[in-house]
Amino acid sequence: MYEALTTQENQASAVIDIAQLSLTFPTSDGDVHALSDINLLINQGDFVSFIGPSGCGKTTLLRVIADLERATAGSIQVNGLSPAEARLARAYGYVFQAAALYPWRTIARNVALPLEIMGLNSRDIEQRVRHNLELVNLSGFEKKYPWQLSGGMQQRASIARALAVEPDLLLMDEPFGALDEIVRDHLNEQLLQLWAKTNKTVVFVTHSIPEAVYLSSRIVVMSPRPGRIHDIIDSDLPRERDLSIRETPEFLALANRVRDGLRAGHSYDEVA
Amino acid sequence: MNDSTTREPSVPVASAAGGADVPKAYRYRSMERLLLPGTSAVALVSALMGGSLVVGMGLAIIGLLAFWLLTHSRLSAALITGYASTAAAWFLIGELDAGNSPGPGFWLQVVAAWAMAWACVEQLAAINTLSRFYQLLLNILIPLLFGLWLLILWELLTRGLNVPQVLLPSPSLIAERFTESTSILWADFQQTFLKAVLIGYALGCGSGFLVAVLIDRSPFLQRGLLPIGNLVSALPIVGVAPIMVMWFGFDWPSKAAVVVIMTFFPMLVNTVAGLSAAQPMQHDLMKTYAASYWQSLFKLRLPEALPFIFNALKINSTLAMIGAIVAEFFGTPTVGMGFRISTEVGRMNVDMVWAEIAVAALAGSLFYGAIALTERMLTFWHPSNRS
Repeated sequence: MYEALTTQENQASAVIDIAQLSLTFPTSDGDVHALSDINLLINQGDFVSFIGPSGCGKTTLLRVIADLERATAGSIQVNGLSPAEARLARAYGYVFQAAALYPWRTIARNVALPLEIMGLNSRDIEQRVRHNLELVNLSGFEKKYPWQLSGGMQQRASIARALAVEPDLLLMDEPFGALDEIVRDHLNEQLLQLWAKTNKTVVFVTHSIPEAVYLSSRIVVMSPRPGRIHDIIDSDLPRERDLSIRETPEFLALANRVRDGLRAGHSYDEVA
Repeated sequence: MNDSTTREPSVPVASAAGGADVPKAYRYRSMERLLLPGTSAVALVSALMGGSLVVGMGLAIIGLLAFWLLTHSRLSAALITGYASTAAAWFLIGELDAGNSPGPGFWLQVVAAWAMAWACVEQLAAINTLSRFYQLLLNILIPLLFGLWLLILWELLTRGLNVPQVLLPSPSLIAERFTESTSILWADFQQTFLKAVLIGYALGCGSGFLVAVLIDRSPFLQRGLLPIGNLVSALPIVGVAPIMVMWFGFDWPSKAAVVVIMTFFPMLVNTVAGLSAAQPMQHDLMKTYAASYWQSLFKLRLPEALPFIFNALKINSTLAMIGAIVAEFFGTPTVGMGFRISTEVGRMNVDMVWAEIAVAALAGSLFYGAIALTERMLTFWHPSNRS
């Protein structure tokens, strides 16, 4: 309710503010620069994709935002807090590459897991589970176990689990990477509808150009060694879009820009 | 056997599928060709060599009848051979009871009845077209029949060949001793199983589990304690048992202490391994929920450790039986399964020793079975248990 009243102000406020951030992993062969001099501002209601070849640090950057990794230099704020404080305040929902559902819990109880940890009462839990399973089209599968469902359904359940926390910020790490093209298109469409409906901020890691362009309001192109931001592209596509937009010249132009950015990052790599 | 069953689907399927076609000639498997006519031949010869005419002719006819019946219904062939072979065995044991000294005809009939029982189990094992319930019943019936025939052969051989009782008493003698001394056996069972085994098992497994959970948070303790635990598990019970008797006295507590020592370490190692079985991604998931240590312990790591814990429980159930029985060889009050075995063997009462062994085997199997059943119920989700 609060959110609805202040949407206008929130629209401009920074959810994630990253300045001169670096992350170095010490290894036996010397330091690995996973992230170097990252500057990024993500506003409320943005749909931001990180795209780049493997090893460019896109997942690492997402994990830094989620406080699953710690930056070694620079500053980062999530909702005006440090990542650790934001995590403890349960500021975000995180969707992993794999569904990571617990096989001993039914689908409904898997979605209820974060709510149990948050200490909600059973009536609220039941209501939120029902609502979020409806949202991802999994009503009727409450009593099934994860291993009785297809990969796409499992990933939808894991999205419902992240949404059940009711976070304003959704962090998604290649959530559809392991799924086939058709299922992936379908889930992309659903995710976009959800985003349009709820005005959540989404940070999405992918290595698919069409996926990034189709989903995002901003695309962050990254390149490896050291992991860094190569280009930030603002999308001028309308917020309401469906899959047919992928045939339009605007879409293709954006996709080309992203591809050029990725190529430039790669050629640098080959010279080095 | 697998390929033969796929090559020749059993009769109900064949008749349902190919009802309109000309029925193909039944292709006998080599075992069927050997066992059933072989039984008939041996039975026929047995009747000529002084064996019972009724049993010899009966087995010969039923062998051929089953051989023919097989092409129509495998189940009826199995039932008729099972019934005939058991009846023949019953008659043969009766011959021994009557005090008739066994001749070549008798032994040939033993061979014939046994071959027919084999054919019966063969047929039962090849049936794969029944409904789930009957298939389950069959899965119980086959080992039962197998076990029964083991006992029948044991009985016929020990009594027919006059094997000295001290070497190997017959099953009927053991059963007789068993029913005569139920009160002694019950007292021994109480002393050894209900006290030493169960209490020692609960304490050993319980403390192993608790220590594993406690040292899980401390790498120092894990590194320090696990090697020492290894050492303890390598201690021979033969050496430890007398010391436990000195510490805890002659009665069951010293035996329970031996059981604790034997079961503690397998539980510790398995639980420690189980607690680290969860995938990094699942840990990350709990972290994103800002879950506390105890929440991730109870909601993630313990469920993930359950298969490991049950593994230890199953290993320990056998170890506990061995430990408690052997520990009683080193000083005990005049009751207990180990005590009974060691004294009765000294008095040449081998049938009593076998009766104790039967009790131990029965109790051990039920104990193990109960744990395995609980495991099935609690870890139904594990890939090895999914149906």
